[in-house]
Order: sequence, then structure tokens, then C-alpha cells
Amino acid sequence: MSAVFGARTPHDAKLLRRRRGVDYGFTGLVFACVAIAAVPLVAIVFYVVKKGGGVMSVDFLTKDIPILTRSLGPGMGPAIVGTLVITGAATAMAVPLGILAAVYLNEYGRTNRLATIIRTMSDVMTGVPSIVMGLFIYTIWVLRYGLSGFAGALALACLMLPIVIRSTEEILRLVPAGLREASLALGASRARTILTVVLPAAVSGIVSGALLAVARAAGETAPLLFTIGASRKANTDIFEGANTALSTQIFRNATQPFPGAQARAWGAALTLIVLVVVLTILARIITKRFAVPMR
Amino acid sequence: LIAVAQKSLLHGGARRADRLFSWLCLGSGLLVLVVLGLILLSTGNEAMPAFRDEGVGFLTSKVWNPAAGQFGALAFIYGTLVASAIALVIAVPISFGLALFITEIAPKKLRTPVVYIMDLLAAVPSVVYGLWGIAVFGREIAKVYDDVSRTFDGIPVLGNVLHGANGRSFMTAGIILAIMITPIVTSISREVFATVPRDQKEAAWGLGATRFEMIRGAILPYSRNGLVGAVMLGLGRAMGETIAVALVIGSVPSIRASLFESGDAMAAVVANQFGEATGTHRAALIGLGVVLFVMTVIVNVLARKVAGRTDRRLGGKA
Repeated sequence: MSAVFGARTPHDAKLLRRRRGVDYGFTGLVFACVAIAAVPLVAIVFYVVKKGGGVMSVDFLTKDIPILTRSLGPGMGPAIVGTLVITGAATAMAVPLGILAAVYLNEYGRTNRLATIIRTMSDVMTGVPSIVMGLFIYTIWVLRYGLSGFAGALALACLMLPIVIRSTEEILRLVPAGLREASLALGASRARTILTVVLPAAVSGIVSGALLAVARAAGETAPLLFTIGASRKANTDIFEGANTALSTQIFRNATQPFPGAQARAWGAALTLIVLVVVLTILARIITKRFAVPMR
Repeated sequence: LIAVAQKSLLHGGARRADRLFSWLCLGSGLLVLVVLGLILLSTGNEAMPAFRDEGVGFLTSKVWNPAAGQFGALAFIYGTLVASAIALVIAVPISFGLALFITEIAPKKLRTPVVYIMDLLAAVPSVVYGLWGIAVFGREIAKVYDDVSRTFDGIPVLGNVLHGANGRSFMTAGIILAIMITPIVTSISREVFATVPRDQKEAAWGLGATRFEMIRGAILPYSRNGLVGAVMLGLGRAMGETIAVALVIGSVPSIRASLFESGDAMAAVVANQFGEATGTHRAALIGLGVVLFVMTVIVNVLARKVAGRTDRRLGGKA
């Protein structure tokens, strides 16, 4: 090992040079990986901003979708409304349930058999393809009650649930046991301890985890394709009638050869990306700014 | 013990509320199991007509002809596997590199931006990748395919595999998938690298290892299982990815070796054909969903088994 401390023989010097060379080469490769990963992001953002920015206007954000896909001109208002309403409904279902389930895993079940199974299965559930969720809701809901925004929201909620559970549980685990013990020692019930001590201590982490789940759901297309149908007018009633969303509009318009449809697809893509990126950045900021200093 | 002691202190109403809350939590937890079970039951049930008609042929026949009532899914399974394999070949080395960069190599200043790039790549919706793939990337890359296939023309094996020049092809789908799974493989590999004990790394440094030697000698051996798990989770993602693939793979159900020609994949064909499908055709598409569900669940369970991820977390290693 004398090579490291200084080359003493010509052979050592040669070996040292070679080892250093390999090391530099490797470091170079790793930097290349970073560059390669950045290329598609830059390219996508560039094209979405360039092509989507060209059609962006107040009319685009508010007007109804044209009847004919080949017609030129704006209109994605109903899709924006649909995305917000459907994602909102999915959030209202998945986030509370996900938090409660995480509370069960971390506060009640801990390492018992059932909790371990649920934990593993919610990990597995994060891997279930989104199109399968769409088919699932189609078979269990749409066949009976028809297409509606709510059906889409159910499918998105199924996708979000395991993400919320896992991220919330990670955060709950960081809440120091001392907080719980102090509250219990004061005579508070477990429910009260959880609701007034544990969850508030973890709230920033929970919110940022939930926002990431919302961001993921807002961009999903596959679960909505056969659950919400299609509509060219805004429909704020999620329980009644077909609906539409930015993601499904991008998908349908992307396959059309007409310039009008292509332009609307890019415009919708820009709108959707802005929405999703804002949510993601918000999640980051909340985690950073409001993180409760623990220990 | 505290729980037992304090339970007796609570009076009736509070105790009931307490009990109610714990049941509520348990119920929410059980929901995961219920949903997973229902997915299999409900979709399996609707897919029955197709499974009954085709039997094992559903998985082994390569003829998919809705008009003639023939539903063999082999071409789609083939397409899914080929596109996912291309994605892994491209994404895995890059992801490992990125993970090493973030955990071991990057100066502090560069670490956060790279993590941000990964977050944003993960945040771009699948359909936007698809739109970019079909309208921009596919068109540009087709020229490259053309050059490559000309170069390798006539050479056995390679000439066949690298044949064609279609922008909507297995290769395009594979590349887009690679971009999409890079963030998840990177973030899991990062987690894995972060668990390597400090003293192992320091021991390697102390022996005079260069950084590369430290990574090869201390980090990689310790992380091997975790990395295999990360790759398999990436595979699960790639197999289930729908919309981007539906847009760029070309939608031609065929089994051929040439990567630069159109094909089709399981999730993609469901997205593309479900809208106008009825009867057995619809049942067959749902059946594809069932097969996909089973495949991804198996891959995910195996991945977590190999990585021992759940266990390690439970072990209390923070």
C-alpha cells in the first residue's frame, strides 16, 4: 500500500498513475450520467414552453373545447376545471384515509403481523400500474353507475392512497416518542394524543407528502380514460355526467394530425406541467420551511 | 404499559371515542388489502369470457384479431418485455451513476440541483412524455435509426436487431421509458447507498483506496441486494407505464426482432383500444390488465424481498 503515501519505485509510480487514471475516468463517467439525465428534461421543458406558450391566452384557459378536433383556436377551460375538480375529489378521499391508515401502522399496529402485511401490500400497491386502477374502477363502478368525474376520482384515489400512507408513516416515525409519552402521562387518551400532539408535530411532512401524491394524480391519464368519458363543456358536478381532464385531452389531441389539435395538446401540456411543478415545488418549500426541528 | 395504565383513568365516553378512533385507523389500513383483493376479483371476473374462450392461448397465441374474435396476447407481452428491457439497459447504469454522484461524488453545491432535476423528471406527467415522444423526439431519432440500420445492414444478428427506421418503435418506447424510470431507480439506489456503514467506507479510504476503489470495494458489495431491488422496481414501473408507450410504440401487434420497427405493449393496447371495444374484445383487454397486474405485483414483491427493504426499515435503522 506504499503507493498511496508516495511512489518509491518506478513500478509503484506506474500503478499509482493507473489507479488515479481509472478514478478520474470513473468520475468523468458519473458526471456524464448527470449531463445525460438533464438533456431530456431541458428538451421537454423547452418544447412544452415553446409550443405551448404559443397558444397560451386567456381564451385558451377559459373557452370551451371546440366541437371538431380539426378546428383551430382555443379552448381548454373545461379540461382545467375537470382536472381540478377530479383531483380535488380524489384528494378529499385518499388523504384522510391514507393518514388514518398510516396512524394505524405507526401508532397502533407497529410491528405486528397485520401491520407488516398492510405495509408490504401498500408498497406493492404503489407499483400497481395506473391503467389497472382505471380498469378496476371501470369494472366495479362505471359498469353499474356510468361515466362520471367521481369514477375518475375513485381511480386516482386508489393511486394516491398507498403514496400518502407510506410518506405519512415515514414522517410519523420521526416524531419523538417523548412527545407521545408526555401527552399520555398527562392523562390524554391515545386518540387525543395522536390528534393533538403527534399529527400536528408531523403536519408539514404530511402536507408535503400529500402534495406530491396530488401532483402525481393530477398528471395521470390512464385511470381517467375509461372512467370519466369526454365532455367539451365544463362540468363541475362530479357525480353526474361525463367529464374531461387536461391529461386525457392531451392524449386524444396528440394522436390527431390537425394543427389545431396539436396546438391544443401542447397548450394543455404546458398548463398541466405548470400545475404539477407548482405543487411539487410547494411541497419542497413546505418541507424545508415548516419542518419541525426534531432533536 | 402506559396505554394500559391510562386506559383505566379514562371515563366511559372518552374511552369509547378512543376505541372508535383506533377502529377507524385500522379500517383505513385494511382498505389497502380490500382494494388489492377487489382489483383481482373484479377485473378477473370481467375478463372471464376472454379467458374461457382462449384458455392458455390467451398467453401463448400471437394472433390478436378482434374482428375475427381471436385474442392472443403474446405480441403485447413481447412488446412490454422488449421495451422494458431497453429501458433498463439504458436507465440502470445512468441511475446508479446519478445516485453515486448525489451520495458520494457531488460537491455540496451541485447536490441539490441534481436532486431537483430528478424531482422534476419524476413530476413530468406520462402523457407529456408521450406528446414529446410522438411530436418531437420520435421524428428526430428516426434519422439516427436510419443511419444505424444502414451501418449494420447485412451483419448477422445485429443487422436484424437494428433494422428499420421508424420513429414510433420499440426503441423509442424504450428510450422514453428509460427517461421515466430513471428518477425512481435513482432515488431507491440513493437510499441503498446511504445505508452503507460509514466505517466500511472509512476503512477503504484508510487503506489508501481511490474513490473508485472505495465505491467498488465497500459500497457496491454492501448494496448489491438493494440495487437488484431498485432495478426490479424500475422494471415494474416500466411494464406498467401506459400512456407514453401507447403514443410512441406504434400500435402494431407483432413479434419481430428489429427494435426500430413498430410494436405494441400490454398497457398501451388497453389504452388505445378500450374505447371502442365491446364484448369479448373488451373482456380480453381487461384480461390483459389482469395479467399485467399479476406480473407487476410479482415483480414488486420479489423486488422488496430481494432488497429486504421493509425489514430493514422495521429493524429501526434510521
